Amino acid sequence: MDTFFQNEIVVVAFTVGVYFLAQLLQEKSKIIILNPILITIMIIILCLTAFNIDYEVYHRGSRYIDFFLKPAVVALGVPLYKQLKKIKKQMISIVVSQLAGCIAGVVSVVLIAKMLGASKEIIFSLAPKSVTTPIAIEVSKTIGGIPALTASVVIVVGIFGAIFGYSIMNLMKVNNPIAQGLSMGNAAHAVGTSKSMEISPNFGAMSSIGLILNGIFTAILAPYILKLMEIWIEF
Amino acid sequence: MLGIIRQAAIIFGCLAIGELIVYVTHVKLPSCIIGMLLLTFFLKMKWIKVSWVKDISKFFMKTLPFYFVPAGVAVMLYFDLILSSLWSILIAALGSTVVVLVVTGWVHQQMRSRSKKEVKTKNVAV
Repeated sequence: MDTFFQNEIVVVAFTVGVYFLAQLLQEKSKIIILNPILITIMIIILCLTAFNIDYEVYHRGSRYIDFFLKPAVVALGVPLYKQLKKIKKQMISIVVSQLAGCIAGVVSVVLIAKMLGASKEIIFSLAPKSVTTPIAIEVSKTIGGIPALTASVVIVVGIFGAIFGYSIMNLMKVNNPIAQGLSMGNAAHAVGTSKSMEISPNFGAMSSIGLILNGIFTAILAPYILKLMEIWIEF
Repeated sequence: MLGIIRQAAIIFGCLAIGELIVYVTHVKLPSCIIGMLLLTFFLKMKWIKVSWVKDISKFFMKTLPFYFVPAGVAVMLYFDLILSSLWSILIAALGSTVVVLVVTGWVHQQMRSRSKKEVKTKNVAV
């Protein structure tokens, strides 16, 4: 099995196949917690452990999948361009609320993790947790976190936000539909956005603005927020 | 066929410029974010038509989640580290998600109601 997985094509085919099945599972069951990414990751880890295959062996093939992460993020420029008009209409309120959400997200996760005694590399991995995974992974690399941990936390956060986000916001008197859509995209990235899409395309559009803007803001600001916090807190 | 190659050339071109900018300036920003902003800028300036990148961006949007499966699988390398602080990771991540939801929503609502009030007082003044 180990030598079989030395072949890059086998690894790619295996990953695509598992992902396809996981997607099918969610489409048929419609249960949010059966997130295809989460299921695929768990199945692959189980298989690698069961057949005693090193991660390094798997990674030799899977880096060909990894490779497409960056061009895929660049392609997000097209939906961003399409939303520009909507953003322009209420530029200040959108930008300020997204900025506030971005800063609140990084600061709060770092503070809570620090209070609970997490180590430096864990805290840095958590900092970009509200952002869509491809961006979060890149940010995590830039600030010295563990990209793999970031990726898993991001997915868990997204599922949590999609399931409980709207009830939390109603409870906390965030009632305005535009504010709800924006917050959802800001806090729960792509998973939250797909939940918003289910409610209505307008919610979805607002969420995707939140998703992209928070991605940009976190990528730009996270290193500096952490540097500022390092003055007060010893990680 | 030319169309598909052009689409790929634009996406990878923006990414390559992003890489170059990171290489030259050592800016602490992922090259793909710079590439994304460049693409938006080029579209806005009408240097690139939306139809030139429509298909490839649709393809990437639909397949985006798949590309970070390998990054997630790498979590198996850190099982011990994660298990040792599983609760602090979960509480921090989920607690902070609630904070983000509420802060973003509140700030947006505050700003909206303020600008609406301004419009109203302006109307009264007129």
